Amino acid sequence: MTAVVLAILAPAVAAAVGFLSGRRWAWTAVPVAVAGAGVSLAAAIVLCARAVLDAPVAEALQGPRVPTGTIEFGLDLRLDGLAAVVSVAVAAVAFAVQVYSSAYLKGDPRYSSYAAFISLFTAAMLVVVFADDLLVLLVGWEVMGVCSYFLIGHHWEQEDARAGAVKAFVVTRLGDVGFLFGIFALAFAAGTFNIGGVTTAALDNGIPESTATVATLLLLCGVVGKSAQFPLHTWLPDAMAGPTPVSALIHAATMVAAGIYLVARLYDVFLLAPATMAAMAVIAAITMLGAALAALAQDDIKRVLAYSTVSQLAYMLAGLAVGSAAAAAFHLLTHAAFKALLFLAAGSVIHAVGTNLMADMGGLRRTMPVTFVTMTLGLAALVGLAPLSGFFSKEAVLGAAEETALHDGPVAAWAGWLVLIVGLVTVAVTAAYAARMWLMTFFDGARSPVAVHESSPAMRWPLVVLAVPTVVLGVVGVRAEWLPAWLGVDEQLHLSAVTSVVSTALVLAGVAAVVLVWRRDPAGDPSARLAGVRPVLAAAFFVDELYDRAFVRPVRVATRAVRWTDDRVVDAGVVGSGRGASRTADLLRRTQAGNVQTYLTGLLAGIVVVAVGVVTLT
Amino acid sequence: MPLLMPLVVAALLFAIGIYGVLARRNAILVLMSVELMLNAVNLNLVAFDVWLRDELLSGQVFTLFVITIAAAEVGLGLAIVLLVFRNRATSQLDELVELREEAAP
Amino acid sequence: MTAVEVLFGLLGIVAVGSAALVVTTQQLVHAALWLVVTLGSIAGLYLLMSAEFVAWVQVLIYVGAVVVLLLFGLMLTRAPIGVSDDLDASVAQRIAAAVTAGATAGVLVTALVDAFRGERIELGDDPSGGSAGAAGDAIFRAWVLPFEVLSVLLLAALVGAIVLSRRDVGEP
Repeated sequence: MTAVVLAILAPAVAAAVGFLSGRRWAWTAVPVAVAGAGVSLAAAIVLCARAVLDAPVAEALQGPRVPTGTIEFGLDLRLDGLAAVVSVAVAAVAFAVQVYSSAYLKGDPRYSSYAAFISLFTAAMLVVVFADDLLVLLVGWEVMGVCSYFLIGHHWEQEDARAGAVKAFVVTRLGDVGFLFGIFALAFAAGTFNIGGVTTAALDNGIPESTATVATLLLLCGVVGKSAQFPLHTWLPDAMAGPTPVSALIHAATMVAAGIYLVARLYDVFLLAPATMAAMAVIAAITMLGAALAALAQDDIKRVLAYSTVSQLAYMLAGLAVGSAAAAAFHLLTHAAFKALLFLAAGSVIHAVGTNLMADMGGLRRTMPVTFVTMTLGLAALVGLAPLSGFFSKEAVLGAAEETALHDGPVAAWAGWLVLIVGLVTVAVTAAYAARMWLMTFFDGARSPVAVHESSPAMRWPLVVLAVPTVVLGVVGVRAEWLPAWLGVDEQLHLSAVTSVVSTALVLAGVAAVVLVWRRDPAGDPSARLAGVRPVLAAAFFVDELYDRAFVRPVRVATRAVRWTDDRVVDAGVVGSGRGASRTADLLRRTQAGNVQTYLTGLLAGIVVVAVGVVTLT
Repeated sequence: MPLLMPLVVAALLFAIGIYGVLARRNAILVLMSVELMLNAVNLNLVAFDVWLRDELLSGQVFTLFVITIAAAEVGLGLAIVLLVFRNRATSQLDELVELREEAAP
Repeated sequence: MTAVEVLFGLLGIVAVGSAALVVTTQQLVHAALWLVVTLGSIAGLYLLMSAEFVAWVQVLIYVGAVVVLLLFGLMLTRAPIGVSDDLDASVAQRIAAAVTAGATAGVLVTALVDAFRGERIELGDDPSGGSAGAAGDAIFRAWVLPFEVLSVLLLAALVGAIVLSRRDVGEP
C-alpha cells in the first residue's frame, strides 16, 4: 500500500513545489514535474506488476475517520486489479505529457504553473483511482475539474480559451450536482461511504432496486458530465482551446475516462438497476453515432479528435451498459494509449505547421516521418484494424453486446441489439473520419507549407513510446480470461468471429469510400461531398445552439430583469426616500418667505388658537 | 356704566390693530397699527383699575408707563424705518425679503 | 342709560370707526390723521372713566408727540401724497389678516362677555381717584422704582435713535 500512497503523493508534492517555487526558480519547473510524474509511474508499474502476477489483489487502507454526525467517512484507499491497471495508464500518459510539454510549451512564461497543475491533476486522478471512500473520490473528482479549468484557460489571453474553460467547468459542474446527490443516496442506502462497504451491501441484497436505480441515475448525471456524453457533451470540443498536451492528458486519456472508471468501480450497484443500464445504453448509442458523424465535418484537427473521444467514450459506456465492465476497462486502456498518441501527434503537426486547420495542412508524410508513422498507427487502432489494440478492445465491447443480445443476462436484450447495431454503423463512420483526417493532413494537397520539419526529440519520443502499447496492448485480449482476472472481475471477454468480420469489412468500406472521394480532388476536403448535410454535422446537430436558446438566453433575460428590478424597484426605494425628503423640505421651505407679515400672521393665528383652546378647555 | 363697554371697545381696537399690522405694506402704517393695539391695552388697564378702585392706582400707573414706552418705541422704530429707507430706498415691508429661503438648486 | 354711558358709546363708536379707517384708507397721510381722531377719542373715553391724568397724558404724548413723529417719518420716507394703491398687502395676506383679526375679536369678545356680563363700574362716589394728585401720589410712592427705570429706558431709546440715524459716521 505504500506504493499507492507514493503514487498519489509524488505528483502532489511536485505540484506544491511547482506552485511555490516555480516563479522564482523557473529552471526547476520541468525537472520537478517530470520527477513527480516519473516516481508516480514507477510506483504504478510496481502495483500493476503485483496485480498481474498475484491476481486477484484486493487491499484496503483505512485512513483517519472524519465524524459527520450521521454517517462518518474516512480517508480510505483501495488497491485492486482495476485500480492498479488504470493507474499505470494514468501515470504513463501523465509522464509522456510532462516530457512532451517541456518542448511544446518551451518559453511559455507560465510554464511552472502549467506543470504544477498537470502534477496536481495527476495526483487528483490517482486519488479517484485509488479511493475507497465515496467522498474521497468526490474530492479527487472535483480537483480534476478545477485543474481542467485552469489548464484549458492556460492561454487566458485568448477569448476562446477563457470561454472554453468556463464552459467545461459549468457543464461538468451541472452533472456533478446529480453526482453528489447520488453519492448521498448510495451512502444512506448502504449505511456507509466506504466503497468496499457499498459493494458488499449491494452483493448482499442490502440495497433495494428502487434506491439503487435512483442512486445510479444520479451518479450517471456526473458520469455523463465528466465523460462528455449526450446531453452534457458540448464542453469537450470547446475545451480544445487549451494546449494540446492538456487535451491529450485530460480530455482524451484520463479525466474523461474517470466517469467510466466510476461506473466500473461501483458496477455491482449498477447491476442492481436495469433501468439505469438501459438509459446508459441509449445515451451511449446516441452519443456514439452523433459524435462520429460530427467528427466527419470538422475543419479543426483537434475538434475531429475531440468528437472522436466523445464517440469512443460512448463505446466504453456501451460496454458497461451491456454488462461487461472488463470490456469497458479494456477499451479505456487502449483508448488512453492511442488517443493520447493521436493528440500528441496532432500537437506535433500543429507545432510544425502553425495552424489547427486541416485545410492548411498536406504532404506532411515526407517532412514529418516519425509523426506520420505513429499517427497512422494511432488512427489504425482508433478505427479498429487487427492486430492493433483498438481492434481487440472494440471487439470486446461489440462481442459483449452480441452476447447480451442473443442470450439472457443482467441487461435487457434490446439494449444489446441497440449497442451492437449502432456500434457497427459507428465503426464505418469512425473509419471515414479517421481516413479523412489522415489524407488531409499527410497526403498531397496543393498547400504543403514550406520549412516544415520533424519535431524535437522531446516531442518525438513520447509518440514512439505511446505507439508501443497502441500496437501491443491488444495481446491482453487474446485469452478471454486474462484481463478479467487481473482486474478482479467475475466475467469473461467475448470476442465473436462474426462481429469481428463484419466490423472489419465496415472499416474497409468506410476507408475506401473516403479514399475514392479524395482521389477525385486531392486538394479538397472529402467531406464536401456531404453537401447539404455538412453544415448540420459541422455544428454537431446544433446542440450548442439549442442550449443557447433554451438556457443561456433565458438566463440573460432573467439577469436583465433582476438588474432592472434592482435599479428601478429596490434602488427606487432608496432614491425615492431621498427625493421624498427633498420634496417635503421644499414644501416646508415655502413657509420661510422672508416676509415679516407672513411670520406674524402665523404667530398671531397660533396664539388665537391657543387662546381658544385655553378658554374652551379649562 | 357696564364694565363691558370699555372692554369690548378695547377688544375691537385690538383686533383692528392686528388687521392693520398684518395687512398693510408700509412700515409706518404698521407702526400706527401697533399704536392702536397698545391703546387697546391701555383702555383695558384703565377700565379695570376704575372698576376695582385700586388703592395703588396700578392700572392707571401702568397705562402711563405703557404710553411712555410706546413713545420710546415709536422713536426707535422710526429710526429703523429711516435706516432701511436709506439703504433700500423702500419702506414697503414685502420688499424686505432678504431672509427668504431659496429653492434648492 | 345715563349720559355718561351714552357719551361713552358714541366716543367708542368714533374710536372704533376711525381705527378701522386707519387700517383701510388708501391715503397714507389720512391714515395718520385718522389715528389722531382715534387717539383723541380714547382720551375722551379715559375722561369719562374719571382717569383725567391719563387722559391728558394721552393727548400730550400720543397725539402731540407720537403722531408728529409718525408724520415726520412719513415725510422722510417720501410717502406719496394722495391716493396710492399699493398700501395693502396681497389679497391672500389680507384674507389671512382678516381671518386672524376676526378670530381674535371673536375670542376676546366672547371671553369678556362670558366673564364680565353683569359687572358695572361705579363712578359716582369719588371722582378724584384719577386726578393728577392721586396719580402723582401713586407714582412717587408705590411705583417710584419702575418710574426711575423707565427714565433710564427713555434715555437708552434716545441714544439709540440718535446712533441709528447718524449719517456722518457711516452705517452701523
